[in-house]
Amino acid sequence: MTLNTQETHGSNQTKVIYYVKEFFYWSVLIVVFAFSIFPLYWMFNTSLKPRADVEKTPPTFIPFVDYQPTLDNYVDVFFKDRAGAGFAEVDQDADRTISEFPKALANSIFITITTTVLAVLMGTLAAYAFSRFRVKGQGDLLFFILSTRMLPPVVVLIPIFLMFNQPGELINNVLQNIPISFIQAFGESIRDFSLRNSYTGIILLYITFGLPFVVWMMKGFFDEIPKEYEEAAMMDGYSRLEAIWKIVLPEAFPAMLATSVFVVITAWNEFIFVLLLNRDNATTVPPFLYSILGYGQVEWGRTAATSVLFLIPIIVFTFVARNHLLRGVTFGAVRR
Amino acid sequence: MAEVKIKNISKRFSPNSPLAVNNLNLDIADGEFLVLLGPSGCGKTTTLRCVAGLETQTAGDIYIGDRLVNGLPVGERDIAFVFQFYALYPHLSAYDNIAFPLRAQKLQKDEVDKRVQQVAKQLRIENILNRRPSSLPSGEQQRIALGRAIIRRPQVFLMDEPLTNLDAALRTDMRVELKLLQENLATTMVYVTHDQIEAMSMADRIAVMDQGVLQQVNTPLEIYNHPSTLFVAGFIGTPPMNLIDCHLNGSNTLSDEKGDFKLSGSLIEKLKSKIQDPEKPLIVGVRSEDVFIDTADGPSEVRGEIVARESLGDETIYAVEIGEYIIRVKTDPTLVLNTGTNVGLNFARDRIHIFDAKSKEAIKL
Repeated sequence: MTLNTQETHGSNQTKVIYYVKEFFYWSVLIVVFAFSIFPLYWMFNTSLKPRADVEKTPPTFIPFVDYQPTLDNYVDVFFKDRAGAGFAEVDQDADRTISEFPKALANSIFITITTTVLAVLMGTLAAYAFSRFRVKGQGDLLFFILSTRMLPPVVVLIPIFLMFNQPGELINNVLQNIPISFIQAFGESIRDFSLRNSYTGIILLYITFGLPFVVWMMKGFFDEIPKEYEEAAMMDGYSRLEAIWKIVLPEAFPAMLATSVFVVITAWNEFIFVLLLNRDNATTVPPFLYSILGYGQVEWGRTAATSVLFLIPIIVFTFVARNHLLRGVTFGAVRR
Repeated sequence: MAEVKIKNISKRFSPNSPLAVNNLNLDIADGEFLVLLGPSGCGKTTTLRCVAGLETQTAGDIYIGDRLVNGLPVGERDIAFVFQFYALYPHLSAYDNIAFPLRAQKLQKDEVDKRVQQVAKQLRIENILNRRPSSLPSGEQQRIALGRAIIRRPQVFLMDEPLTNLDAALRTDMRVELKLLQENLATTMVYVTHDQIEAMSMADRIAVMDQGVLQQVNTPLEIYNHPSTLFVAGFIGTPPMNLIDCHLNGSNTLSDEKGDFKLSGSLIEKLKSKIQDPEKPLIVGVRSEDVFIDTADGPSEVRGEIVARESLGDETIYAVEIGEYIIRVKTDPTLVLNTGTNVGLNFARDRIHIFDAKSKEAIKL
């Protein structure tokens, strides 16, 4: 498109310069694209290969041409019948029982959604307060919030492990009056309210990781939304909360989605904490993937298939959110 | 409809900052169009926001009607506010923007529709009601913002520089329209601007502010003709009033330091009776239209050289250098003089303003 307009004017020399520039531009783009897409392609490629083809040298690249693709690996993800795969040794006598994958995937989805919704909600409200009100010690508070992200997670791993191992008597006492069915719905036992092996614990932890990010992103965003919007709404007889709900949130929604992408990715990919703190029922896909890798010979086909399945929800989410992510934000109705 | 009474209000944004508004008193009559005029940072917008309830005054009382509104939430003051940036809700159509205040009152759907249509007709925006504000030119956005303000039929309109973002031609039209609208609605209006033309053309009364202090409140012509402080004198009028540092010198002439500018006559006698100290530093103010060029070589009191000419079509403004001062003179465009010409200047004696250089207040003669 740009080529055509360029062709109509300019001397031959400028044309040549233009094509050279264009050539380098596209070359760089293609290299970067290939570099980033290749691991994904390789993962997908491997997931379709029969066992024998996976470790073949030289490697094979194109399904149907180099090898006959199969969905066996995907079927295997859902069953644990091969020795040394999955949590097989836990339950060796069963022939083709369902693997932990569906449960782990459901957990991943549940934990990620809950984390994201709560972190984005709380962080948005905190960010709104920081942006709109004169909070005492605002700079220090904001720095403090950010500073929780400054340590490498490994440093806090052991303290958090110890913390989560507390029997949690206080919580036990508080929750004594809550109907048991409600608690069971969260997969907990009334006896042990330590935060280990619980959704509550890991969600709390992920919210802690996600919040600083949300607060900082959303504060920056709210600073951009003129406060006149809420003032106008309040003048018209709405309360501040109503003004936030009716005016600010619709405006902030794209930003909230953009922010939630980051929270989603952190929670979705988190490995070390969930590996250490949760097992069995409350674990997520990353430790499950690790468990496939963990014993004996690595089943690359199955690993790749699990990874592909693990990737799909994120791709769907990004696809659904992409219009909002790209949408212009304040529409220029307020002139500066 | 209601009057607005501002009693001794002061506003300080933080304990160590200077007063943004300093002990301001202002009574705005029911149905009056009052313009708060001043340079940016003079406290006019802060005053307006205090009346609206968007800021809380540090001291003083504000009454709307008979009601003391100190501490009353914004929504309960029954006022409408038009912002400089309109603050139209971008995700709502023009229709929904205008209907927004009514929806807060939980009015019936047909009642809302009836009133939106009525307001739209009044502002001539019926054909754009379905559009989003961002797709409309600023003039239309302005009308939508006005519509949102008038639909609620509030007791008081507060407007914060609503015309600033319009281009010059549109601004001239909107001035007239706004004035008409206010007259038709007969609602009290407090209007903030830094543009003296807006103030002069629309206001019933103008309140001039500087550095948080109210300088003068009066009708536009009274303010123009009898500025009560040096600030008002210098702020109102284009070109600004010529101001010359003078003193009586003990003699019967009023002159500047070097004696290039001097005035004598009955004016001096009157002035002498008003001031005790004959050495008191004074400032003489005279508007450019009250100075006349005398091209004859006659013995004018003041002589100077033309250093610049601005031909504006309907009038010509000459800058005449007298000693260390430049005096601007507004003349008929038929008078054409070249720069460098030596001319005499005469002053309309009854229209000369004299200010106390220290207190910056006018000395009434």
